[in-house]
Amino acid sequence: MSMSDTVRMSGRRRARSRKAIAAVLQFLVVVATTYLGLLAVTFFIGRVIPIDPVLAVLGDRAPQHVVERTREAMGLNLPLYQQFFIYCQQALSGDFGTSVLTTNPVMTDIRRVFPATIELATLGTVIGALIGVPLGVLAAVKRGSIADQIVRVIGLVGYSVPIFWLALLALLVFYARLRWVAYPGRIDIVYEYTFSPITGFYLVDALWQRQWDVFRDVFRHIILPASLLGYFSLAYISRMTRSFMLNELQQEYIVAARAKGLSEARIIWAHALRNAAVPLVTVIALSYAGLLEGSVLTETVFAWPGLGLYITNSLQNADMNAVLGGTIIIGSVFIGINLLSDLLYRTLDPRTRAR
Amino acid sequence: MSLATETRPLTRREWLLSDRPQSRLQARLGRAYMTWRRFSANRLAVVGLLILLGLCFVAAFADLLAPHSPVIGNLAGARLLPPGSEGYLLGTDDQGRDILSRLIHGSRLTLAVVVLVAIIAAPVGLIVGAVAGYAGGWIDAILMRVTDIFLAFPKLVLALAFVAALGPGIENAVIAIAITSWPPYARIARAETLTVRNSDYIAAVRLMGASPARIVFRHVVPMCMSSLIVRVTLDMAGIILTAAGLGFLGLGAQPPLPEWGAMIASGRRFILDQWWVATMPGIAILIVSLGFNLLGDGLRDALDPRESGQ
Repeated sequence: MSMSDTVRMSGRRRARSRKAIAAVLQFLVVVATTYLGLLAVTFFIGRVIPIDPVLAVLGDRAPQHVVERTREAMGLNLPLYQQFFIYCQQALSGDFGTSVLTTNPVMTDIRRVFPATIELATLGTVIGALIGVPLGVLAAVKRGSIADQIVRVIGLVGYSVPIFWLALLALLVFYARLRWVAYPGRIDIVYEYTFSPITGFYLVDALWQRQWDVFRDVFRHIILPASLLGYFSLAYISRMTRSFMLNELQQEYIVAARAKGLSEARIIWAHALRNAAVPLVTVIALSYAGLLEGSVLTETVFAWPGLGLYITNSLQNADMNAVLGGTIIIGSVFIGINLLSDLLYRTLDPRTRAR
Repeated sequence: MSLATETRPLTRREWLLSDRPQSRLQARLGRAYMTWRRFSANRLAVVGLLILLGLCFVAAFADLLAPHSPVIGNLAGARLLPPGSEGYLLGTDDQGRDILSRLIHGSRLTLAVVVLVAIIAAPVGLIVGAVAGYAGGWIDAILMRVTDIFLAFPKLVLALAFVAALGPGIENAVIAIAITSWPPYARIARAETLTVRNSDYIAAVRLMGASPARIVFRHVVPMCMSSLIVRVTLDMAGIILTAAGLGFLGLGAQPPLPEWGAMIASGRRFILDQWWVATMPGIAILIVSLGFNLLGDGLRDALDPRESGQ
């Protein structure tokens, strides 16, 4: 290797690392501005829209000097930008104030209820992906056939049905009539006091402690809400899988693989799906984020003690601290998943890598 | 012989399909006709269109079609009657109100929500996207960053928080949904704008001295319309579901308004014994949002042949 070659190499490498640093910086800017936006919107909702937060705390009969004192204590006499700055500081350190309803700090409450939501959404996504991907592949391979039409209808209904309504009907059929699943809630009252969860993910905890009867009971509680959420992610995942697979199956490398004499199963599962997998990861991540959000309505119906139920309960009791804290947490996770899936897409797909 | 065929008057179809239109009107009608033919070849899309026409019809003539009052029930003699009871085709609810009549009147609320959200959110997105795409530079960067921020938010949860702050009610539900649903329209409008921005006809208009505002509103925005209409139609189903969800949580339309989501919520208490009270409004929501989805799919295939087939 000659001298000039080495110089050129290192120059190219430097240019590449500069590009990588720029990409990372750009990503950080995106993360920062998005979170700042989330905080700004929740600040706006909490501080600017209600007529007067002091009025909400004291009622309209408090004497003037008490109102003034409370206003000062709440920091509401400061200019808005200072209030926003303090708000951001508190939110970033996980301080969302105290819940009026439970009298706990909001963050403590959220820590208690969030595992239930995560467990539900995770199981829902697993169900959705395990069924949705094969359905989508089937629809793409048998394009235009009856199977394709059926998958299409399943997806369309999933897009069109109100989730809380389907949840009510599912309860009516599978719990009240058929007795296949347990009543709404997370665990039977019998076990509520004997079972001590460690992580808050009851399925994992029961497995870990080898309490099989608890595991069975928890499973009977979670399976119906998780299947419903799974159906919704299935509708989305199967539709996207079909579209990605159709795109891959038109490519020339498929023709080449056929010409080589590979079996059709190998072409579909090992070649086409492998290439469709990259955008699919993004889709599955997005549907996971969607389920976290969709759990708000499902949890209400199934009395599932998660973040969604916490938010709706607080809403009904005008507990704004809890509502905004929950919104920020769901929003943060949602944004995080969004950005991560974007990042994942870039690292998994060699075509999108910076050269 | 050739003289005879030339003098024969054109049929309407031939006039529409003529590849050498004599006037702008003829060209436009011809294009509309082609679009309609592509659209109507898709049977499911036509079903969707019929569902929505039916919805509009029912909403327009609700007073004539509804057999009973939607808000005043017969508490003494008609509480919780099952479907098929005499005079009450779909049964009655806990206050003796005819469910069918409530559904018929509720169609007005559904339609109102959808139309209001569309006329608030779509123009906002359209203008933001078109301005960003046409202006470029830092205006584009800032507007698109704001759009992306809103796009990254969880829509339902944010709508919940908005309604919680503004207070429950159907107007606030509309505002909350509109605030969270404009960003996709901005992205679409920007993408379309970028494709037409450097075309010759824009250069020609600019050369003739048109102001940027005129170019954006008269020459760029119309080019974004067809993809925007498709997207809005497809979003309608989601808007209906969100509005119904807010109603279900008691944050949308307030009683005694016959909003479908709120009707499901009030029927929830009787779901085990009187299943029809909660079931019927859900079916109505399902049918209408299915209609929007089918119509949207069909419109996409008809207006945007590039995207179809997938």
